[in-house]
Amino acid sequence: MSLRIVVTVKYVPDATGDRHFADDLTVDRDDVDGLLSELDEYAVEQALQIAEDADDAEITVLTVGPEDAKDALRKALSMGADKAIHVEDDDLHGTDVIGTSLVLAKAIEKAGYDLVISGMASTDGTAGVVPALLAERLGVPQVTLLSEVSVEDGVVKGRRDGDSASEQLEASLPAVVSVTDQSGEARYPSFKGIMAAKKKPVESWDLEDLEIEADEVGLEGAWTKVDSAAQRPARTAGTIVKDEGEGGKQLAEFLAGQKFI
Amino acid sequence: MAEVLVYVDHVDGAVRKPTLELLTLARRIGEPVAVALGSGAENTAAALAEHGAVKVLTHDAAEYADYLVVPKVDALQAAYEAVSPAAVLVPSSAEGKEIAARLAVRIGSGIITDAVDLEAGDEGPVATQSAFAASFTTKSRVAKGTPVITVKPNSAPVEAAPAAGAVEALAVSFSEKATGTKVTARTPRESTGRPELTEAAIVVSGGRGVNGAENFSIIEALADSLGAAVGASRAAVDAGWYPHSNQVGQTGKSVSPQLYIASGISGAIQHRAGMQTSKTIVAINKDAEAPIFDLVDYGVVGDLFEVVPQLTEEIKSRKG
Ligand SMILES: Cc1cc2nc3c(=O)[nH]c(=O)nc-3n(C[C@H](O)[C@H](O)[C@H](O)COP(=O)(O)OP(=O)(O)OC[C@H]3O[C@@H](n4cnc5c(N)ncnc54)[C@H](O)[C@@H]3O)c2cc1C
Ligand SMILES: Nc1ncnc2c1ncn2[C@@H]1O[C@H](COP(=O)(O)O)[C@@H](O)[C@H]1O
Repeated sequence: MSLRIVVTVKYVPDATGDRHFADDLTVDRDDVDGLLSELDEYAVEQALQIAEDADDAEITVLTVGPEDAKDALRKALSMGADKAIHVEDDDLHGTDVIGTSLVLAKAIEKAGYDLVISGMASTDGTAGVVPALLAERLGVPQVTLLSEVSVEDGVVKGRRDGDSASEQLEASLPAVVSVTDQSGEARYPSFKGIMAAKKKPVESWDLEDLEIEADEVGLEGAWTKVDSAAQRPARTAGTIVKDEGEGGKQLAEFLAGQKFI
Repeated sequence: MAEVLVYVDHVDGAVRKPTLELLTLARRIGEPVAVALGSGAENTAAALAEHGAVKVLTHDAAEYADYLVVPKVDALQAAYEAVSPAAVLVPSSAEGKEIAARLAVRIGSGIITDAVDLEAGDEGPVATQSAFAASFTTKSRVAKGTPVITVKPNSAPVEAAPAAGAVEALAVSFSEKATGTKVTARTPRESTGRPELTEAAIVVSGGRGVNGAENFSIIEALADSLGAAVGASRAAVDAGWYPHSNQVGQTGKSVSPQLYIASGISGAIQHRAGMQTSKTIVAINKDAEAPIFDLVDYGVVGDLFEVVPQLTEEIKSRKG
């Protein structure tokens, strides 16, 4: 029986760009180039490796995001995923993590799955909670923040390097997995992969397809409200000295002046 | 006064500092009721009482150690139902965020993650967060349900505020899902004897410029002269020079110490994301154009192999 893998990928503003907030205090997606969140490339990579080891597997990449989020799906398809689902709806603008997890969970159920693989966190929101939320909503085990993962005989195993210990985890499928950037470098799309991706199917679903009411999501329906966003004042320019043999001592003098020594 | 649930992060009864900081914040919005789970839970009571916990709800069961996350969510939900709090505060560790998020869905509430400050407001607690690699500061609140908020280490001072801290046994019945993810083995991280990276008052970090695992002894010597924790950039971690548990940045730890010293680190946006909110920032880098110098209070353009040992010596001799 085929192993159905759904990889959740987010389209995010480039972290090296000048990211800021729009007037409605949502992430401004107009002025900075968007891309597939780099941390979700690791999720796609692990899905590809798991699929390669399985007799028969199918990888669907899923995103919830604006029109341009198709770029993120294309990239994942060019890496080797089989098909894509784009959940897009004007009413989704401003959805927070709780709402996003609702939409993703409904879409994952509609798509059908044995294994969901997510990134460790989105590079714009950085909450790192959507995978746990998906496990809660889908009612399946969460096997998250893995730096190593494998699937065999309907069981997913992995290593989670936590704050105080490194743990070996195990759960039966279906399950939700998230992988860290320690799980292994993501592959670059090959030319062949890029060409093939153009022919791969991308389905579009809206809220109605998922039987979600507009007031459950979006800025109005959000479970949290951002009241203000302010740019951090630039740090006041510090003192910079060139080491002419006394740099370490000068630095010690500064630290002593600040009462660190 | 309304009660505020505080989830306790402890190691065999020793309460970790971020939880004591949470008690400071909890007292701004109500009366802290602590929830301590797992082995040694009851031993947390004295420290929690001293910092303002009016009650300490405790429960121990093998499930907390043997299965991932969900047993703790079940217990926190039981505490939530017993107390009907005005808010739930959880330390922003990887696990803390997952516990908080699942609780939020169960109780139909919104969640705010990684708050760096918290105040009472007319419409419920107002959380300050850092966004976009700490280049923005936002203020938010939970709009639906009971606010569930996770708070980063070093977000508030630890304050003594003696309270009753009466220990009460929490009644917990685990859900069917509690045993879904089994922990089949656990290797505790070896203690280095240095302060915890996220809790340290001073962090000394090395990057690609350190140029080899063996050279990290220079960084460690400086850290030890200051009683500091050691951090590393991802380039140094990826090269295998230092453990990933010490990585500072977007996909490592985020730190906010009184003093951050970066040696041989360029200051890429993903590194800045984890250290930009440090109070005082110092850098040593041989490239005067390195972006890290945009952040510093004091920078030395020079070779770290010259500057760092000299600094360490000078600190040692000044300290006597
Ligand atoms: C999704 C994603 C997540 C990431 N997460 C993180 C993260 O969590 N943390 C992180 O740090 N990075 C992270 N990165 C990587 C980040 O982009 C940078 O590549 C990394 O921070 C560079 O590390 P570095 O500054 O040590 O190395 P480099 O950028 O190579 O800089 C080395 C510096 O050392 C200086 N130097 C060299 N020799 C000496 C000497 N003898 N004396 C003094 N100075 C010297 C050089 O002038 C240079 O400025 C992430 C990247 C991505 C895409
Ligand atoms: N809008 C989205 N579309 C698809 N996947 C998402 C979306 N938001 C979050 N995710 C997934 O959830 C992970 C964690 O995101 P977060 O909790 O937002 O930090 C990401 O790495 C993605 O795999």
